[in-house]
Amino acid sequence: MSARMSVIVGLVALVALALVPADLTGLGLPYPGLKRYGTYILTLWLVTAIAAMGVNLIVGYAGQETLAQAAFVGIGAYLTAIAGKHGVPFGLSFVLSGLATFVIGIALGFPALRVQKHYLAFVTLAFSVLCWLVFRNETAVTGGVMGLRDIERPFVFSFQLRRALHFYWFVLVIAALMTVVLWWIVRSPWGRAFTALRENPLRAESLGVDVRLYTLLAFALGSAYGGMAGSLYAPLVEFIDPSPFALGPSLLFMLMVVVGGSGAFLGPFVGAGVAVLLPEWLRAWETWYLLIYGVLVMIMMALAPGGLVGLVEFLVRRRKAQP
Amino acid sequence: MTDLLQLVIAGLATGGIYALAAIGFTLLWQTSQTINFAQGEFVMVPAFFSLAAMKLGLPFLPALLVAVLVSMLLLGVAFRYVVVGPLLHRGVLPLVISTIALSIILKETVKDFYSAEAQVFPTLLPDRVVTLLPGVAVSLAQIGVLAVSLVTIGGLQWFLGGTRTGRQMQATAQNPGVARILGVPVERMILYTFVINAGLAAMASILISPIYLAKFSNGETLGLVAFVAAIVGGFNQVRGAIAGGLLIGVLDNLAASYVSTAYRQAIPLILLVLVILFRPQGLLGRREERAV
Amino acid sequence: MTALLQVRDMEKSFGGVQAVRGVSFDVNEGEILGVIGPNGSGKSTLFNCILGQLLPTRGSVAVDGRDITGLRPSELNRLGVSRTFQLLQVFPRLSVRENLILAGQEHRGTRLGRLFGARDAGLGPEADRMLEFFRLTALANETAGSLSYGQQKLLDAAMAFMAGSRLVLLDEPAGGVNPTMLAGLRDRLAAINREARATFVVIEHNMEFVMSLCTRLIVLAEGRIIAQGSPAEVRADPAVIEAYLGH
Repeated sequence: MSARMSVIVGLVALVALALVPADLTGLGLPYPGLKRYGTYILTLWLVTAIAAMGVNLIVGYAGQETLAQAAFVGIGAYLTAIAGKHGVPFGLSFVLSGLATFVIGIALGFPALRVQKHYLAFVTLAFSVLCWLVFRNETAVTGGVMGLRDIERPFVFSFQLRRALHFYWFVLVIAALMTVVLWWIVRSPWGRAFTALRENPLRAESLGVDVRLYTLLAFALGSAYGGMAGSLYAPLVEFIDPSPFALGPSLLFMLMVVVGGSGAFLGPFVGAGVAVLLPEWLRAWETWYLLIYGVLVMIMMALAPGGLVGLVEFLVRRRKAQP
Repeated sequence: MTDLLQLVIAGLATGGIYALAAIGFTLLWQTSQTINFAQGEFVMVPAFFSLAAMKLGLPFLPALLVAVLVSMLLLGVAFRYVVVGPLLHRGVLPLVISTIALSIILKETVKDFYSAEAQVFPTLLPDRVVTLLPGVAVSLAQIGVLAVSLVTIGGLQWFLGGTRTGRQMQATAQNPGVARILGVPVERMILYTFVINAGLAAMASILISPIYLAKFSNGETLGLVAFVAAIVGGFNQVRGAIAGGLLIGVLDNLAASYVSTAYRQAIPLILLVLVILFRPQGLLGRREERAV
Repeated sequence: MTALLQVRDMEKSFGGVQAVRGVSFDVNEGEILGVIGPNGSGKSTLFNCILGQLLPTRGSVAVDGRDITGLRPSELNRLGVSRTFQLLQVFPRLSVRENLILAGQEHRGTRLGRLFGARDAGLGPEADRMLEFFRLTALANETAGSLSYGQQKLLDAAMAFMAGSRLVLLDEPAGGVNPTMLAGLRDRLAAINREARATFVVIEHNMEFVMSLCTRLIVLAEGRIIAQGSPAEVRADPAVIEAYLGH
């Protein structure tokens, strides 16, 4: 898709997404919009997609593995929640969350990437559990298992985004901006370097691509997206405890990116959609949802490793090839 | 001092179990480049095979045997041919994702089909306390566990070093390509490693479940320990996995006494980070030739 | 005048096996040096040691008098040394043009500058020129993976030059290429050597290719140099004939 087409499609999608939860009957249109819960789910999808975009950069573009994204989301969430309680404005917390997780990403990645490829996976695994332990144990700071309550919604020019719809639009704008930033990065020579080091790190190195540095950048950037997603997550749910930031959810982030389509730009959105909506659809079989999800993922890896986006692309190409 | 000795011995006992889990994991990686993220669940599930068999009326010992055999079949042979085989040629990521998905499947299956509650697991070894040296009291069970682990490991080492098949497996582990050229039936050797891994995991399961109770969520911690032990010891070799497992067992036990229980789990993790920072080839590993 | 490339007392052993034993030679600017020898004589290992893929057990390598022993391949690349690989190493899912741009982009400006600069890092025109020179223009937007083997080899060679390298090490460039393409490849390499004064070191088994392209040869056997000289001299050298026949 050319750049111009992408921009047009993006703008159309943005407008559509802005209108989906809105009540349009006041404008004479027979569309009542979504209720509070529906809007909440939509917002959750966007926040999850931001974190998933980060994982996609690390896994899909740079070809690495991260099992710590939920921990980075947690760091952003707790940072923002605690800062908020001390009167720090949201904008500042958001930026700080991103910076902090970026720096931690560099610190984690630097030693792990000196060694064999899979070591980053294990280091992130260990980091994930360590973070969760800290979240759970440091009760004075994080509220421990009881968590932190009454997290305030951010203020935009002294207008507090208490309504679900308003907060949704706020998150939508931020998500759109972050998507554009990632799109820019991926289309730049950096994106080309990322693809190179995923496809053929040996050759890339011999062509002057500093494989270690680019991998580190991808990892730190992707983790920062996680931190910023967490910063949005805290005010969304208004109450956080350690459970969504444990190892399990980190594994689910990896799964959702691959289900959506690893390395495909829209993959994280599709994957996050599946991850957020599947529990809703499978509500009847609530306890079995993870089991079904796991089985579906395994089948997908064998039959359609390009994920759902890959599957769609494949079907489109087949339709085109047929006369 | 005697307290310390007691803790160390107890630590070695659990360490031996961790070593079993770590050895299989290392072997899989060496022979077929398979990182089994479901290794922890492989150590969790066999206990439930036994429990299910006993529910169906089997007495304890046959149930254990059934568990080991079923594990070797399902977590060894079936795992190799149904999960790993078809995915190897698709690259590393699909395989990693599939083992992650498998870990979720195993965990949820036990939780949904057996129980979400921790289950008591019987033990063959009497719980009597014995005084080894003046002031050092150890339970017979601990000595028994350590003995079983050591015997199993010893048996494995003898097999690998002293039998023809074992040496062929070692050759495959060191360099599958060269082994194939030398006429080693590499595919069969790889199958053996999968079966051995399942067997070792089953043994570890049987030994550890009496101590920590059998619960569907055990896989997470056990898997983590297996990974850390393998890396800390030196990812390239079985000796490393043994050393790593024992070390972590001892550290974990010491931590339980001297460090707050809340952060007990953190000790092996911190060890992992330190090793990767300062000695990435592991304690027993050799410096890797630079690949890039 | 210092030689462009100086290899001194290069040794490499793997465990007990000595792959390269005490190899020393010079390569002067503008030369095309061929490295030949029977299988297992240590040619590829020697290359890998020069290029930073392996750490030599002993010995040194210098480019323009500057010691480069053990530097990583990406650092070497920035000093003007690049290589092709025996097993094809193009980026199959990128287009041919993208492959070329990638090959040159890390040499232009700063990494940060590249993030905010043009999509093609300003290398568009140069990539097009390279496409034309190697007669690949028609394939510019095809994915590299869809090219024929011979065409991929051409792309591979072109990529090594995009970096503006003065010294290019070619690892079996003729391997698996059909005779027609081979003539084209040899012709293009000779042309670049003339026009850009690029210096080559070539490992090759294809004798005809080597004899017609190279200005000088060294012959390796069992990790040692057993002969050096012009193609005609080497062809007649009894030690060389012995080494090849003896295997």
